[in-house]
This record gives sequence, structure tokens and C-alpha cells, in this order.
Amino acid sequence: MTLADFSTLLPEILLSVFAMAALIFGVFTGKDRSAPLILWVSAGMLVLVAMWILSAGGGGRTAFAGMFIDDAFARFAKGVTLLAAAAVLLMSEAYMERRGLLRFEYPILVVLAAVGMMVMVSAGDLIALYMGLELQSLALYVVAALRRNSVKSTEAGLKYFVLGALSSGLLLYGASLAYGFAGTTRFAGLIAAAEGGEISLGLLIGLVFILAGLAFKVSAVPFHMWTPDVYEGAPTAVTAFFATAPKMAAMGLIARVLFDAFGSVPGDWGQILALLSLLSMFLGAIAAIGQRDIKRLMAYSSIAHMGYGLMGLAAGTALGVQAMLVYMAIYVTMNVGTFAFILSMERDGKPVTDIASLNLYARAEPGRALAMLVLLFSLAGVPPMLGFFGKFYVLQAAVDAGLAWLAIAGVIASVIGAFYYLRIVYYMYFGEEGPGLDRTAMPAMAWAMLMISAAAMLLGTINLFGVDGLAAEAAAALVN
Amino acid sequence: MTNLLSIVTFLPLVAAAILALFLRGEDEAAQRNAKWLALIATTATFIASLFLLAGFDPNDTGFQFVEERDWILGLKYKMGVDGISILFVLLTTFLMPLTIAACWDVRVRVKEYMIAFLVLETLMIGVFTALDLVLFYLFFEGGLIPMFLIIGIWGGKDRIYAAFKFFLYTFLGSVLMLVAMIAMYIDAGTTDIPTLLNHQFSSDTLSVLGFRVIGGVQTLLWLAFFASFAVKMPMWPVHTWLPDAHVQAPTAGSVVLAAILLKMGGYGFLRFSVPMFPVASELLAPLVLWLSAIAVVYTSLVALAQTDMKKLIAYSSVAHMGYVTAGIFAFNAQGLDGAIFQMLSHGFVSGALFLCVGVIYDRMHTREIDAYGGLVNRMPAYAAVFMLFTMANVGLPGTSGFVGEFLTLMGIFQVNTWVAAVAATGVILSAAYALWLYRRVVLGDLIKESLKAITDMNAREKAIFAPLVAMTLLLGVYPSLVTDIIGPSTQALVSQHHTAVGGPEAPATMFAHN
Repeated sequence: MTLADFSTLLPEILLSVFAMAALIFGVFTGKDRSAPLILWVSAGMLVLVAMWILSAGGGGRTAFAGMFIDDAFARFAKGVTLLAAAAVLLMSEAYMERRGLLRFEYPILVVLAAVGMMVMVSAGDLIALYMGLELQSLALYVVAALRRNSVKSTEAGLKYFVLGALSSGLLLYGASLAYGFAGTTRFAGLIAAAEGGEISLGLLIGLVFILAGLAFKVSAVPFHMWTPDVYEGAPTAVTAFFATAPKMAAMGLIARVLFDAFGSVPGDWGQILALLSLLSMFLGAIAAIGQRDIKRLMAYSSIAHMGYGLMGLAAGTALGVQAMLVYMAIYVTMNVGTFAFILSMERDGKPVTDIASLNLYARAEPGRALAMLVLLFSLAGVPPMLGFFGKFYVLQAAVDAGLAWLAIAGVIASVIGAFYYLRIVYYMYFGEEGPGLDRTAMPAMAWAMLMISAAAMLLGTINLFGVDGLAAEAAAALVN
Repeated sequence: MTNLLSIVTFLPLVAAAILALFLRGEDEAAQRNAKWLALIATTATFIASLFLLAGFDPNDTGFQFVEERDWILGLKYKMGVDGISILFVLLTTFLMPLTIAACWDVRVRVKEYMIAFLVLETLMIGVFTALDLVLFYLFFEGGLIPMFLIIGIWGGKDRIYAAFKFFLYTFLGSVLMLVAMIAMYIDAGTTDIPTLLNHQFSSDTLSVLGFRVIGGVQTLLWLAFFASFAVKMPMWPVHTWLPDAHVQAPTAGSVVLAAILLKMGGYGFLRFSVPMFPVASELLAPLVLWLSAIAVVYTSLVALAQTDMKKLIAYSSVAHMGYVTAGIFAFNAQGLDGAIFQMLSHGFVSGALFLCVGVIYDRMHTREIDAYGGLVNRMPAYAAVFMLFTMANVGLPGTSGFVGEFLTLMGIFQVNTWVAAVAATGVILSAAYALWLYRRVVLGDLIKESLKAITDMNAREKAIFAPLVAMTLLLGVYPSLVTDIIGPSTQALVSQHHTAVGGPEAPATMFAHN
């Protein structure tokens, strides 16, 4: 353990120390008076650390004898994760304030979850992986149940906790099998144990269990059951967080484990991922059709989107990883904007999530409706919005890797999926007269997030803001 | 100017952005400003596109005005026009100012309406100018969004059903094309259209899921593209979205749909299916020819039974598109020249016919044929205009409709006499439904009380029809205006096709090309 080890982990350490300090500050200033301050400072910290990480170039470094990896891939995933967390914090302030949910623990828990995610995508060892995952999950269990006096929110937290514990159990079981058969928990050791494309049966079973545990975190079918309930039950601001940062981190973690620990046998996990991807895309597309609640709908939408992300990974190539990263960056941006809008949906001062309440929203608020229109078409993957490019890129990676059948299935699922996004457009633009939403001004931050993400969906088509190049670098660092 | 093509393509989009960002309010003045800005922008686009025509060299069969820049994800932004595409660009820019002028009386959400049409214009021009597969797909698919909104927001009673049907139908068709495009990229290593035009896709028989596929990769790719273009065209039996969309769309929407959007399918066949997959095209040509022949006869008969004017014209569009597809898949100069000519002519004629319906719909708010009769007594100018376009629709010599039908039938006759014979009956049937429609709406005594006060066309409406009348007659008596421009390119396409499949060299065209 040297100073170099710690300097590699400096961003994580910095954020952890900040979280502790903020906690002490919050406790001593008493009650939740300091909550807005802590929230703003936390968001600022997240953005600063994200900038720091993204601007730090250079090759890969490892710390603590390979337990922790800092490379371009980790930096990309961390950057997206942290920025998403910051964006969600900022846009949720007004919402939480109005509902009396703005406790000072909320931003601190988000920061702790972010630290967990950073460890996840940097893990170079099964133990580090588990630590990061649990730090993230524990923080998420608590924020899901943030609205303590609501049965639904508590139920969401409990459900998430019980199922999350089950998935952690699966993952641990797989990890112990992997340790048993490879004699090490280091990814470098695992990949050496499976050298030459030969993998022992025990290790293979271990891999399957680890994948099952991780699939739960990205809510890939058939491990998705918790998603709609938790999305619906949790406070909307928390749902927004669930839909963005942890998804990016979990996808990054899956890529990390598969390529760093099992990269020598892509054929073995490729088919598992292809199946997960296929099921997720179709279930997400079909089950969302019947939803009347926009939060549940977004839950199924994110299941479907994870299916496309997994398609990139299933390709098992650098191009596939790059496509997945670009896809996730676009996905996170779209969801930030969409949830910023959902946060502002109110009737008689109370939040509503019924799609039908958007009746003729375009007539009342043409600007916001237009932004949502762009986002919805982007989510559906209709050109010329950025969402199309994400889909195009993963499809291209899949066809390139010989998974043409999966690409065709993805394309068909996207047509089915287009229907429910169009239905929201239908309510906003063509609906009939009826009780609509309150015509109140959106909180400035939420409005800004909505507009920025909608504008990004259009302007991004010019040069993708350079995300493409970063993702290529990241993919090259992971797949070598 | 080196980026003239980009200017023509994106000028309407810039106008749309200005409208969206800077124009506020819903009052009378704001509405007027929106309309004028849209009209000026579309007119400016048309003028810019005339420079395109002036600088175009018809004898160069390659792409002209080419622009190329690097773009995201390793893709290229590449634009250019050749003899096949340039006239479609002009058709679009020519019709858009007329379309904007035709919706002058819209009162609901005028600003958004204008934005939708301006965005649509950019996307339509882009389809004809894109020289990169992905860029093409972007424009091709993107056009669905404004059209979906135009039908859904400003449409008729069952607009929701029609909008959804339109969107999902065409979306399903084109995503299959997307997979094919990706497969082409993997095979050829590029999405550059000029390069792909010279790329030989394998036509060795291969086995897919136990089925032997003759023509191999080419056949599979051809079928995927066919799924998209056949829906867009639309060909029988996947035409059912069109009558619904037309009936529910507002007048201007119908005009754009019939006059320009349908041409994308035909353009797609000419740009992709025929030159890139010659073996598969040759193999599957009988299928297309017979589907087209069925379309001509079947939809003409269906048109006879319609009671809604727009539906009748919609079915007649499907029939006319039947000539186009058959002409394209005849693979000879007459067929291809005829197909392009027919598409351009149909652009003017069907657009004008929908405008004719719009004129009386604005006055009576019904499209039922039975609600009219004897309009000639009160609307002589209207009766004359309607008469001209009815005749052009029938294909009377002297109008543009005749040249297109005659050329395509001549082309088809050389390759398949039976299809030509069946399709030729469509000429008679079209005379039947079109003239019958004209008799029931315009001729006879004016006995219906509600029609007694109907007024003839005003100056604005006359101004809209004047250019359309001029073009229809001009192309009817002087077709080499068009064939001189498209001739060398179609000729090159024909010889390229026959070299690829080893068939006989095509006989010379009936019009001399210099």
C-alpha cells in the first residue's frame, strides 16, 4: 500500500470524505435546514470530480495490486455517472422541497451511491466489485424508501432491498465458485484461468451466477420484476436517479467483468447476453403498451433500452463496447430530460403520473411540449434525433459481430416500442379537452435540464459533442 | 457556390428554427407573419434550386454539386444530385410554396403548422440529395414525424387512427431497410452511395434457415429495401394506409403526401434496388410487374366505388404509382424515363386534384361526392381547372399524364406483353372513374340548395393553380424538357443493369439526347 495506490483512488476518497463531512455538518446544524445547501454543494462536488476525471487523460493505472483499475473506460463511465447524478440532484431540489422530502441525507446518500458506482466500474477484483455494488445498493435502498410516511414508497424500498439482497446472494455464490475454481478473485487471475478459450465447468457456472446478479442491477429480463414497482413507488426524483446513473454504472460493471475477467471466452457469455438483450427489448416494448402511469411506462422503457445496451455488449467486440457506451450516454441524457418533465407534472398542486393528464398539453405549454416531443421521438429511436444514432450504432455492432438475427429482432422491437412513445405524443398534441395539468412555471433547474437534453438530442447529431471519440478510447482500453 | 445543395436543403429548416424561437403569440399578426415567413422561405428555396438546375450538366451521368464532410460515428455527410434526383428536388421546391399558399386559411396553431411543413421540406429534399446510406435513412425516416403531426393535429375526424397507421406502417417498412443498410455497410465497408453503386453484392445462392435463396445476399437485401419502398410507394397490397392518411390529412398535407412523399418510394427503387442489386431485381422483376398490374386494375376498380372525393383520388394515386413501379422494373430507357416522368407529372396532377378538392371542401366542409353537383353553373373557372387536371389524370394527349403513361406502357410492352395489356386497361378505367367523378361533382344542374351560394375561386386560389396548369401543359407538349435532363442518367442505369445481368443492350430511347 503506497501513496501511488491512494492517489489513484483520490476522486473516490475525496467524495467519501466529503460525504462524511456533509453528514456531520448536517447533523450538527440540525433538522433539514441545511439540506438545500448540502444539495447544491454535493452537486457541485459531483460535477467538479466528473470534470477532473474526464480531463485526466493518460493510459490505465492499477492500484492495490490490481484490485482497482483506473483507465479510459472507467473514466468515461464515471464521467457519465457523476454528471447524471449531479443533474438529477439539481433538478429534484424544488420537487423534494415542495413534498417535504428534502432531508439532508438525500444528497449525501446520492453522493455515497455515486462513490459505490465509481468503485464498481473501476473494480479489478471480485471483492472490490462486491464492495462497490453494495455501497451503491445500500444507498439506493434507503433513498427508494425516502418518503417514510408513504406505504408505496416504503414498499418500493423493501421490495428493492429483498430482491437486491437475493441478487447479491446469487452474485456472491457465483463469485465464490469462481474463486474456488480459479483460485483467485483478481480479474487478471480469472482471465488467466480461462486462457485459450477453455473454461472449467465450475468457472462457467460461476460466470452465469455473477451475470444473473448483475443483470438484476440493469433490470434485464428475466430479472426485471422489481423495476416497475420501485419506479412507481419511489419519489419521482429518486426514480429519475434510478433510471440514469446506476444504469450506466451497472452496464459499465458488466462490461468490466466480462471483458477483464472472462474476456477469453466471449462465446460463452455472448449468447447469454444476446438472450437477455432479446427478452429485454421485447418485454420492454410490449409490456409498456398497457401502462397508464408514466413512471411505470418509463420503467419498461428503461428495460427495453437496457436490452439495446446489452446488444452492444453481446457483440463482444471493441466496437460493441463503444456502441454500448455511446448508447448509455445518450440514454442517460434522454432520461434526465424526460424525468425533469415528469417531476413537473402536477394537478391541483399534487404530483400526477397519469398519462391521460397530459391532455392537450401542447396547447397550454407549446415550448415544453415540443421539448418532450423531441425526447419521446428520440427515445423511440426515430431519426434525426440522437436516440436513433445510439440504436444504429449498437445494431451496427451486432451485425458486424454476426448477430444479424438479434439486430433484426431489435429493429422489430423498436417499432413496437414506438407505439407507446407515440401515445404520449398523442395525448400531448391530439388529445381531447379534459382536466389537464396545472399551468405553473417549471422550477428553473428542471426546466433547464429538459431544454438542455432536448437540444442535445437535436444538436448532438452534428458531432455528438465528442462523446464518440471518448467512447472509442474507453472501449480500446477495455478490449485489447 | 460549393455548398448550394446544403443551402437548398437546409434553408427551410433555418426558417423553421427562426419561427420556433423568435415568433411569439397566437394573434392575427403573428399568424400572418408565420405564413409570410414560410412562404418567403419556400420561395427562396425554390429560387435557390433553380440555380441548381442552371448549373446542372445533363450529359454528366455522375453526381454533381457533391459535398462531403466527416460526421459522427465514422459516418460521412455527403450530398449530391444526378439526372435521376435533381428533378425531384425541383418538384419539391416548386410545390412547397404552393402548398404553403394553399393553407392560408388555417386558423389553428398556424405557427406550428408552418414549422411542420418547413421541417418536412428539408427532410424531403434531403432524401433526394443524400449520398450516404445513413444520411438518406435519416431524412427518409425523419419525414414521418412532421407528417404524423400534420395528420394528427390538423386532420379530420379519424385523424388519430390514420396518423398511427401511417406512422407504424411506414416505420416497420423502413427499419427493415435499416438492417439491410447495416448489412451492406458490413459487406462493402462503406455507406457511400456512389461507391455502393459500383459494388458487386454477391448473388451466389445461399441457404437461410433451410431455404435456398436464389440470388443470395442480393435477394435478401432487395427484399428488405422492397419492404420499405413498396409501403412508401405504395404498392398493392400494402397500400391500405394511404387512403386513410389522405382522407384524414388536411388539404396541404394531402398535397405533399401525394405529390412528393410517394415519390420517395420510386426514387428509392431507382437509386438503390435497381442499380445496387441488379441480379435480384432481374429475378424479382416479374413479381413487381404483376403486383403493379394488379394495383392498376384493382385500385382503379376500387376508386370507382368511392363516395369520398379524396379517397377516390388516393386510390387513383395508387393506380398511377403502379405504372411507375412497372416502368422501373422494365429495365429499359422508355420504362425508366416514363417512370420518372410519370412521377413528376403525378406530382403536379395529383397535387392539383387534392387542391381542387380542398377548394370546395373549404366552402362546403364535406368531401362527399353526393353533396355536390352542377358546380359549373356557379364556378366556371373552377370547373375549367378541375377539367384540365381530370384530363391529365386520365392521360389525355397534350397533358403531362399522357407522356408518362405512354412511355411506361411502351417500356413494359417490350418485356412483358401481358402485364402491359392488363395495365393498359387501367387507362380506360381511370377515364371511367375520373370522368364520372367530374360529371357528378361539376356537371349537371345546380339543384342542391346548399350549393346555391357557393363562390368561384378567389385570386389566391387562381394564383396557386396557375403554375400547376402551366407545368402540366408544358410537360404535355414539350416532354424533352424533362427527358433531356434525366435521359443520360437513365440510359447509364439501363446499360449498367444489362451489363450486370448479361442481358441485351437496350434499344435507343424515342427522344434523342444530345
